[in-house]
Amino acid sequence: MRTVHYHSREHYRDKVFPGPFYSRQKALNVNREWSRWYDYLSVPAYSCSTTEYFAGRNACAVFDLTPMTKHRIGGPDALPFLNRLVTRDVARIKPGRVGYAVWCNDEGQVIDDGTIFHLREGDYRLCSQEHQIDWLMINALGFDVTIVEDTHDVAGLAVQGPTSCAVLKRMGLAGVENITPFGIDFFDFEGTELTVSRTGYTGDLGYELWIDPGHAEILWDRVFEAGELHNIRPMGSDALEMLRIEAGFILAAEDFMPAMQTVRPSHTRSPFELGLGWLVDFNKPLFNGRKALLTEKENGSRYALVKLDIEDNKPANHSYVFDMKEKNIGWVTSAMWSPSAKKNIALATVEAPHGKVGEEMQVEIYYQRELKWSRIMARAKVVKDAFWDPPRRRQTPPADY
Amino acid sequence: MIRGSRSIQIIGAGHNGLVCAAYLARAGHQVTVFEASSQVGGAAITREFAPGFKVSAAAHLVYMLDPGIEKELDLASHGLEYARTGLQTISLSEAGDHVRFNGDDVDGVSEGDREAMREYRRKMQHFAGIIGGLHNRVPARLGTTDRPDLLELARLAFNIRRLGKNDMREFLRIAGINIYDVLQELFENDALKGALGLDGTLGTMLGTRSNNSVFCALHRYSNGGRYQLPKGGMGTVSNALANAARAFGAEIHTARPVNRILMDFDRATGVELQSGEQIEADLVVSGADPKTTFLKLLGAQNLEAGFAHKISNIRTRGNVAKLHLALGSVPDFTGLDPALSAERLVIAPSLQYVEQAFNHAKYGEHSRRPVMEISIPTLDDPGLAPAGKHVLSANVQWAPRELKGGWSAAHEAFTESVMNTLERFAPGICSQVMHRELLTPQDIESEFRIEGGHWHHAELALDQSMMMRPVPGTAQYKTPVDGLWICGAGCHPGGGVMGSAGRNAARAIIERSGT
Amino acid sequence: MKKHDAIVIGAGHNGITNAAFLAKAGLDVLLVEKNDYIGGATVSRNLHEDWIYSNCSYVCSLLRPEIYRTLDLAKYGLQVVPYGGTVTISQNGDYLGSYIDHDVSRREMARHSHRDADADVRYWRDIMRQCRFIRQFLLRTAPDPASFKPRDLLELLHIGRKFWGLGENVIYDTMRFYTMSISDFLDEYFENPLIKAAHAGSGIIGSALGVMSPGTAYVLLHHAMGDVDGTVGSWGFARGGMGAISKAMHDCYIDHGGQTLAGSGVDQIVVKNGKVTGVALENGDEHHADIVVSNMTLPRTFLECMDPADLRPEFLDKCRNFKIRGSSGKLNIALDGVPKFTALRDNQELMYTDMHLIDSIERLERAYDDWKDGTWSRDPYIDMLIPTLTDPTMAPPGKHFMSVFVQYVPPKVKGKDWTDADRDAFGQTVMNQIEAYAPGFKDLVVHAEVRTPRELENEVGLTEGNIFQGELTMDQLLFNRPIPGYAQYRGPVKGLWMCGSSNHPGGGVMAAPGANAAREILMSLRKPSNVPEGWLDD
Repeated sequence: MRTVHYHSREHYRDKVFPGPFYSRQKALNVNREWSRWYDYLSVPAYSCSTTEYFAGRNACAVFDLTPMTKHRIGGPDALPFLNRLVTRDVARIKPGRVGYAVWCNDEGQVIDDGTIFHLREGDYRLCSQEHQIDWLMINALGFDVTIVEDTHDVAGLAVQGPTSCAVLKRMGLAGVENITPFGIDFFDFEGTELTVSRTGYTGDLGYELWIDPGHAEILWDRVFEAGELHNIRPMGSDALEMLRIEAGFILAAEDFMPAMQTVRPSHTRSPFELGLGWLVDFNKPLFNGRKALLTEKENGSRYALVKLDIEDNKPANHSYVFDMKEKNIGWVTSAMWSPSAKKNIALATVEAPHGKVGEEMQVEIYYQRELKWSRIMARAKVVKDAFWDPPRRRQTPPADY
Repeated sequence: MIRGSRSIQIIGAGHNGLVCAAYLARAGHQVTVFEASSQVGGAAITREFAPGFKVSAAAHLVYMLDPGIEKELDLASHGLEYARTGLQTISLSEAGDHVRFNGDDVDGVSEGDREAMREYRRKMQHFAGIIGGLHNRVPARLGTTDRPDLLELARLAFNIRRLGKNDMREFLRIAGINIYDVLQELFENDALKGALGLDGTLGTMLGTRSNNSVFCALHRYSNGGRYQLPKGGMGTVSNALANAARAFGAEIHTARPVNRILMDFDRATGVELQSGEQIEADLVVSGADPKTTFLKLLGAQNLEAGFAHKISNIRTRGNVAKLHLALGSVPDFTGLDPALSAERLVIAPSLQYVEQAFNHAKYGEHSRRPVMEISIPTLDDPGLAPAGKHVLSANVQWAPRELKGGWSAAHEAFTESVMNTLERFAPGICSQVMHRELLTPQDIESEFRIEGGHWHHAELALDQSMMMRPVPGTAQYKTPVDGLWICGAGCHPGGGVMGSAGRNAARAIIERSGT
Repeated sequence: MKKHDAIVIGAGHNGITNAAFLAKAGLDVLLVEKNDYIGGATVSRNLHEDWIYSNCSYVCSLLRPEIYRTLDLAKYGLQVVPYGGTVTISQNGDYLGSYIDHDVSRREMARHSHRDADADVRYWRDIMRQCRFIRQFLLRTAPDPASFKPRDLLELLHIGRKFWGLGENVIYDTMRFYTMSISDFLDEYFENPLIKAAHAGSGIIGSALGVMSPGTAYVLLHHAMGDVDGTVGSWGFARGGMGAISKAMHDCYIDHGGQTLAGSGVDQIVVKNGKVTGVALENGDEHHADIVVSNMTLPRTFLECMDPADLRPEFLDKCRNFKIRGSSGKLNIALDGVPKFTALRDNQELMYTDMHLIDSIERLERAYDDWKDGTWSRDPYIDMLIPTLTDPTMAPPGKHFMSVFVQYVPPKVKGKDWTDADRDAFGQTVMNQIEAYAPGFKDLVVHAEVRTPRELENEVGLTEGNIFQGELTMDQLLFNRPIPGYAQYRGPVKGLWMCGSSNHPGGGVMAAPGANAAREILMSLRKPSNVPEGWLDD
């Protein structure tokens, strides 16, 4: 394998690089198709995205999340730094816990969302979709913190689905079943430390495994050896996309525009407008966007991000949303037929004051049958809960399947 | 709470802090001023620099002090007195072909230049009126639909329209460009152009060929542009302001440096002094420069990050050094009538000279042949020095705050090049010197606690002016932190011992701080 | 003699565009050109054996796509091939590449500064905001803020609305952007000197300002606001050289019945009883029309080609004070092969791009100090391209044409006119500079054409060699361009119009001044306008 380094002067010779699990992925990727996720090769589907999706809902699916942007944040002011950065109260994320968070600019517009891992007292990992080092360094002014982007130094593997706990137990990770949702534990693994968090992007039982890249291949091997009896499969990004929409999770640059790259200022969104008001804690005296968000809370938001349950079965990708009087009130940002919920589902942005739970709308769907295009106006209803939210997601210890 | 009964703390007894204190006290508030130094005045003080020799240690001429403030606070009755007003400007020439001017009246140039001067002065005064008309206004916010903001902008548009078609066009043409091009269009005499060009660059990180220098000149002329010498030095102005403030009931504590601004939840609630004493107040007003206020006294960690980033981006590169000479006798400037030595003497013999002096500053070097603005106050105000002795005070530039290699290594060499420059215009002056002091921007920074040692607290540039001064979001004197206001030269309309920032801040606090 | 509806002076791209729109609207148009070739500064010249040089302008991005489409330039043979990326080569043997691929570019910047690589996203967001704002006004006539005419007031209101619509924060960003120096502006984003230098070059190209002069951030915008096929900020080669653009425009013009007279310059614009009546050529011929449109620079039009008695003295003063100082030179070089830049090693991909020799803000600014001092930069900033790596039509196979744009070069040397010896010495300075980065370069040189502001003025008519027909500073932009009160293409004499880059929105091969002037002329004739005004949400 080529050993060109991302930071070497010769990096341009390859536009994209094999990740730490590459040799294993390559053997299993019978489609021989690769996509790019920043600097890394990523697999859209190893053989069949439907099969991979169902592995995630029925057994165990494994996804390489190494390319996710990761930062290590430490130093005496790590907590106050993070607390000024994100809208939620980070003090409530205790050591050994993970918290979902969103961060805004001064105008209260979302820059990105991600997860904060409180690994050990005062030692944090921040995972995000977009690169954040510029904003983090801007935020560092006045704080005694160390911030290092360590994306390339940590390999990440998501092990998701109803048999995922059984797989990890069989691997010999003693006590892994005791990790509660959003919990973290550490294990000795082949002479190094394996970090396991009960987190994921599937809305189901699942874990994420973090290890130094030198141990990535052996980790993969151990996971798959243990998984053999538990119907394990590798999963590509296409299947993951289906899982996250069912779970009602939003995706940057898909369901909202990150403020740092939005040219048209009005095209950004606040946490309230993304349905993330629960992450905004005004009991904190200060965080980026606090003043603007207080004003928004008083005066109302411009948009709402809603989950739609749509009639009919044709996916509503890129559809316009209308109210019952045919007035255009928004558009769909993510959509699919949900194989698990057996519903036609979508995430959509609608203008205020629309978007209340139970509100009826119409979605204009274009669909094609044997190259002939048709258009229907399908009725849709705003729903409150995720389209897929099984009890096993929260059960500790989880069952074996 | 009843209007006019709040407890208000003011950080810094610089002239803007004192003006703000006076107006707030006049409105009935309980005002307490904390000053780090042992005397009031900030950068407008008189102090001894050699035994028996006193000098205005930073600012040395009054030319922008708002006449309204002088009158409203009745500074004359509080001790403000001028040793002389209406100083002429002499542009010195090594050969002795000096150019003297005062208003439209020019001496030592061609008839064509005389006429050009009349037209230039008329135009510049007219345009400076537009700038000056904004001094006593709280800047409007843009992009809002708030009535007061829109009215304020309509007023500005009306004032520009009122210039008449030709002058309006000319104003819109030159307001943003460089003074070199404007002067080259009009004049031929080098010394005249040099001195007028200097007006566009004094106190800034601009050369005469840098765009924005016309704006700086207009700013300088915006309160009439008459040079005045306060009797007893600049400290007299500050003392008068302090007396006025006290007369309205303000308390002024000197030698009590503020350590930090206290916060309770999301609100400023008072100050902690260096002594450790914590004192609460309803409002805190900072006369310190914006970087000191927000990044040191408050701390970036107490601000939203975007705002803190903007504050950290404010350009505060000071570039003027201050020379103080104790002289045994009056220096003899080649070819200059001794009677004229008391005027405002400038060393800026040509635009090219000024520009070359500036070139060094761009690269973190000091000028090899600096430009200077000189005053010998003892000729009109003998009390500043022992009998028969004199004081020379000069602004010298460019001396960039961030000097390659640092100031401690270069201080002596720079002083030498300043003295050599003086010697060329006043042969023998070096031998008249009994004592000398040169304050670099670094010295000014530490003595007067001004970040960057910058006259205006923040570079006076179009992108840091009006509703963008010091940064958008706090240009109306109110800061993003509830209970904290700013009133220093870093705010609109800038420094220059004008007092307008202090008065505007007081007005904004009285009108907008709510009840 | 026959009377035309309109005479257009100067067959540069704006003159031809103007003439083409007028001809397309049914006017009988005569286009006169002093050179025996058309194109002005948008030209392909065969000056040595089988080489074709784009010997003035050399890349294409600003050409308004609305004009491209309306004049159907593709039909008349124009092809613009985008090229990707740039490279900025440092003296220390390293370089900063920028690639079409976003991730590769990010990694390349990260190689120099991790933080800057991410800050680049914020930087381009802010630049694109400014591009979006300015692009809407390129194909519109600027209003006169001193006028009370309904049309001006409405246009002012239109601009005011757009401005207000940016929202409070972006309004401040915009005001700051227009008044800042590119150097200060970049300091708000980047920390690495090479990255800053790579971004700063665009702030001074064609400009008589240094990177530390306030106002240069706008100049950068002027180079970033163009697009190729909707990709804002990207640049392309006109296949066959820049002359392919003027040729296609001219073919369109001829196709719509236009006539062109090349080979004799205008001696004088003839005015009788306060109205223009036509032009007198240097060869003695006179041609008549009630409308005369000048594509020449402002000083050339009014100070050289008109009788001062026909103009008011104050207007002439303003023409004399018009700032049009040249600041750049150009070497057009025929090469025997592709030069090897030591720093690039074997990175071939970057040879296809826009190559810059610079590595710090300080070097850029010092280059400007030389210009202020009246000489060409001893350590010049160089912007080079080898179009023949992309375009197979401009040199024999294996041979290459290299376009070398150089800054700074003064209009006069220490106050004196350029001499041939000065020109050759300048040429050597540039050759040596390139040789220092690419040893062996000089041995590859088969032929070189060295152009100083003198050559640009004498051959192409660009006064003082200013490539934008007038500096792009606040006093000469929008309603101030070229002269306050005359920013709507209408000259000071009845029937006289101006369509060159001296007018809004200025220089670069944009063709907008020519098109805007045509719209104004047609409106004055009460004819329907055939000139496009820009696309929605572009």
